[in-house]
Amino acid sequence: MKQHVQTVINGEATEFLCRPQDTLLMVLRDTLQLTGSKEGCGSGDCGACSVMFGGRLVCSCLVLAVEAQGKQIETIEGMAQAGQLHPLQQAFLSHGALQCGICTPGLLMAAKALLDKNPSPTETEVRYWIAGNLCRCTGYDKIVRAIMAAAHQLRSGLNEAAVETRPVETEV
Amino acid sequence: MQYLAPLTLDDAVDALRTAAGKARVMAGGTDLIVRAAVAGLPTVLLDLKQVPELMALQQHADGSFTVGAAVCGADIYMHPQLRRAWPGVTEAMDLIGSAQIQNRASLGGNLCNASPAADSVPALIAARARCRVIGPLGEREIQIEDVIIAPGKTCLRADEIVVSFLLPARPANSADAYLRMTPRTEMDIAVAGAAASLVLDEQGLVEHCHVALGAVSPVPLLAVSAVKVLSGTRLEEEIMSRFRRQISAACRPIDDKRGTAEYRTDVAAVLAARAVQIAYDRANQQRIDG
Repeated sequence: MKQHVQTVINGEATEFLCRPQDTLLMVLRDTLQLTGSKEGCGSGDCGACSVMFGGRLVCSCLVLAVEAQGKQIETIEGMAQAGQLHPLQQAFLSHGALQCGICTPGLLMAAKALLDKNPSPTETEVRYWIAGNLCRCTGYDKIVRAIMAAAHQLRSGLNEAAVETRPVETEV
Repeated sequence: MQYLAPLTLDDAVDALRTAAGKARVMAGGTDLIVRAAVAGLPTVLLDLKQVPELMALQQHADGSFTVGAAVCGADIYMHPQLRRAWPGVTEAMDLIGSAQIQNRASLGGNLCNASPAADSVPALIAARARCRVIGPLGEREIQIEDVIIAPGKTCLRADEIVVSFLLPARPANSADAYLRMTPRTEMDIAVAGAAASLVLDEQGLVEHCHVALGAVSPVPLLAVSAVKVLSGTRLEEEIMSRFRRQISAACRPIDDKRGTAEYRTDVAAVLAARAVQIAYDRANQQRIDG
């Protein structure tokens, strides 16, 4: 029997029906068409499905959708505000911190969770924090640099400059 | 599958009595959800994260702690008093998985998943922790080393729940430590793990010490006889080499792609000796600082 779940996703009251065994990731992608969260491993190893769940970074493949009753959820779809990229998203673009892109939404969610908690992480802290987000393309270096750069920008209040979008081609 | 999320311990016990044998209990779900996808769904899934007793973390007047079985790793690590009193237990829990996993995984889940390589279990055993277990027949307290009886199996009845963990009060000059060996720095399962918890006397001699080993036998192991050599010492080198030999002798590891039996046996002794030394240095620092 399907269960009725009421939740708030990216600030918007959302309700859905799900089977008790459905994961939050399944519902986000297949029921709510929020396909920014990716399924990599389905076992909590790769972090591609990372979302904020009740204010905590989790793998949405390891959360049951029924657990979302009454919870606040943030997904990658809520990161850009009013059509403007978040400084982290902009930093990923300008540092070329992605190739195939499958890991990117999860890495952005993880990086945002880190910077919300710790605005000035060391490189070591960044690397440990993103240990649960696997990227098979980049070798992580550009990702780490992008996160460090975004952290610096956010600290210096350079948000205005950060959200000016630039064409990706000029960064190649 | 039916999903139930009881709000009280009584309701949880009732639900499990009704569904005993057909129900699985869930805390963070980081092992259970993965396993259910492979092994099939239980008839009833009992989510215990809304039961207050399983989510509470408190220090008592005597300095002891009660840690709810479903409190997540991040909350355990962020508890300053618990971290100060039990650095080894909190570090062991913190080693499990990523930031994402730390926001879900719990001591109760780590114990009841009953893996020989569970990181928090040797630390809890060395700490002489007990767990409070409840079921339709009442409550009981079990020493942690008695819970896991075989890989993937606990001594709990199908209708029992681990409610919380009790970490005893710490005397002066006492500390613990946990170390593990993994091929990768993060996101990996221990090839061997070792926890030590000790108390020093006023002169800095070991008064008593407990050492527990993970991933080197079918169940996490309390190294009862190996620690005898440490009593009354300052961990002098010849004492430690006898200790390492006895730790190796206590190991009964498997041989697999993650580590050969010989390697696990060897590295367990090294880790145990280093964990004892770290615990000693921590306790001795307290003694010096008064």
